[in-house]
Amino acid sequence: MILRTTYVVLSLWMLGAVWCPVSVVEAGQWDIGGQATLETRYFPYSPEFANQKKITVSPSGTLEPEFVYEWNDGSERLTLTPFVRLDADDKRRTHADLREFNWLHLGSSWDLSVGVGKVFWGVTESVHLVDIINQTDAVEDITGEEKLGQPMVNVNIEQPWGTVSLFALPGFRTRTFTSDNARLHGPFPIDTAHPTYDSSKKERHIDWAARWTQIFGDMDISISHFQGTSREPRLLPQNRGGQTVFVPHYDQIGQTGLELQLTTENTLWKAEGMTRTGHGKRFYAGVGGFEHTFYGIAESNVDIGFLLEYLYDGRDSRFAPPSIADNDIFGGFRIAMNDTQATAVLFGGSFDHHTKAAFINFEAERRLTDHMKLEFNSRFFVNVPTTDSVALIRSDDFLELKLNWFF
Amino acid sequence: MESIGFWKQRSWFVAVIGLSALMAAPVWANAADGGVTDGKARGLEIATEAEQRDFGFGDYRVELKMTLRNKHKQETNRRMRNTTKEQANDGDKTMIVFDNPRDVKGTAFLSHTHKVGADDQWLFLPALKRVKRISSSNKSGPFMGSEFAFEDISSQEIEKYTYNYVRDETFNGRDCFVVERFPTNPKSGYHRQMVWYDKAEFRISKVDFYDRKNELLKTLIYNNYNQYLGKYWRADLMDMVNHQTGKSTSLVFSGYQFAIGTTDMDFTSNRLKNAR
Repeated sequence: MILRTTYVVLSLWMLGAVWCPVSVVEAGQWDIGGQATLETRYFPYSPEFANQKKITVSPSGTLEPEFVYEWNDGSERLTLTPFVRLDADDKRRTHADLREFNWLHLGSSWDLSVGVGKVFWGVTESVHLVDIINQTDAVEDITGEEKLGQPMVNVNIEQPWGTVSLFALPGFRTRTFTSDNARLHGPFPIDTAHPTYDSSKKERHIDWAARWTQIFGDMDISISHFQGTSREPRLLPQNRGGQTVFVPHYDQIGQTGLELQLTTENTLWKAEGMTRTGHGKRFYAGVGGFEHTFYGIAESNVDIGFLLEYLYDGRDSRFAPPSIADNDIFGGFRIAMNDTQATAVLFGGSFDHHTKAAFINFEAERRLTDHMKLEFNSRFFVNVPTTDSVALIRSDDFLELKLNWFF
Repeated sequence: MESIGFWKQRSWFVAVIGLSALMAAPVWANAADGGVTDGKARGLEIATEAEQRDFGFGDYRVELKMTLRNKHKQETNRRMRNTTKEQANDGDKTMIVFDNPRDVKGTAFLSHTHKVGADDQWLFLPALKRVKRISSSNKSGPFMGSEFAFEDISSQEIEKYTYNYVRDETFNGRDCFVVERFPTNPKSGYHRQMVWYDKAEFRISKVDFYDRKNELLKTLIYNNYNQYLGKYWRADLMDMVNHQTGKSTSLVFSGYQFAIGTTDMDFTSNRLKNAR
């Protein structure tokens, strides 16, 4: 209800801005842009499970326009960013979302945002342990970097002793899942239409969060707390007429997070830690490491950066959603050519030294024109035993070619 | 986009208050007469006077268009907007928002420069809504694939060079001091630079950049100076030519607005998330 009211109010506001921009307090300014993509995934191996269609080449496309209206010399802003994907093979991956739909007021040392938005917390590269405001749009990619829009009221207050951010989060977004017969899906159906909740208020439970962040010279520190519905579901098996179906269950959790970054000459030292209640006994998870960059290799313009991070997660998977990074080492490098086309390459690998499983990620991109960019991504699973949490998608390695058009 | 360095189009420098008191105009009458002042002291005096004359501008915003040309004269354009606020006892604070190429639209960059020690820099990546603190130690790398290195466009504090007055010379019909300056940072891509200051206003007219092997690498020419607030000079056009590769980059500045009333709160990493 709150969600719906917010949408209606903002919609009317936006319509007002469109139809009578002159009558607004002060004439404002429109900025319309966005992005469209065409992409093709190639799955070199046959699917592992009988329920999965034998898809080898899978095309897909997205459209994400952005409408921004600013007035009062930029201190008031409306942002609307709808997103839609059409996928040739996966009905659930064909989906639409409001990535952003909010009103922002910028005060002198504070700001207020009301509506659907996106917030990122964190410093590390391999996993984002602390980041919790937005739900993962898991059909987009398996990296967890893509997020669904989250309804929120957010206030940020800047003080000499730090920045305090307060969030009220009405309207829970359930995680997206690939179709039961799609690639990147396990052997069992997931009933995304009937999720269950700890809270009797279900998806209408109002979550809250707060974060303090401060800069001490070369050190950036943030401490945060979230209380509410877990963004990570547990998948609970149900027997429906002899068929096993998994139902996403969203627990009530409390999660406290810490982010640290020390910025020295060519090296960024990064660490994140979090502790959570509500998924069995209180557990702790942490990730830490560094990123070191060599600039101008051999008198050229090329930069090479090396990344190394260690990941630990102490959760008990009987009571908590499984983590794919419980005891892993992540290593990678990033090459920036620093040419006119901004050619760049990223290679990363996670290695679980208990299960010996590895996840390899390779990305390359190059600008073609002022409005076009070509991207190549590949995700590979190596030596994954059935006991590892990524085992369900271990035969769904893929290569992806993506053409981005920016307007 | 990871390592975009500090960007600033100001043609010269933020004042060193301690030194400025010493730099009264009569000293200049003397120096201009070609007195017997030691070359190092005189070089520093000239650079300091240039900095002093630009002190007190407060804040401003400006739009930039950067045109990159390869040796076949093929052109690529970049567009960005810059807001800068002067600090009384430290380097400036600057925020840059990129508009073009479109794949970096909305990317924003914040820099707190310091007279002594490394600058603080943050980058906002709009697709992820992520603010990243980045290293400012990349001095000699190219800015946005252009012929401008990060150190060419970053805060040109007095302390970042040692100076040596070389000679007087006429450039483009203007009487100039020619001052040689040597970067104090060992990570600089240059052995030295030659700087032409016009005697009338202490504006930089031209800079020759010599690489680490002391060979001529680039020439930067400042054109179309305009005066703002009745005092502060800004060049509307800067042309950088790389003699070793034949590539060049032009920078066109437009719509300068001074005294725009920013506060330090407009230059925080939190505010970077909402930069447009």
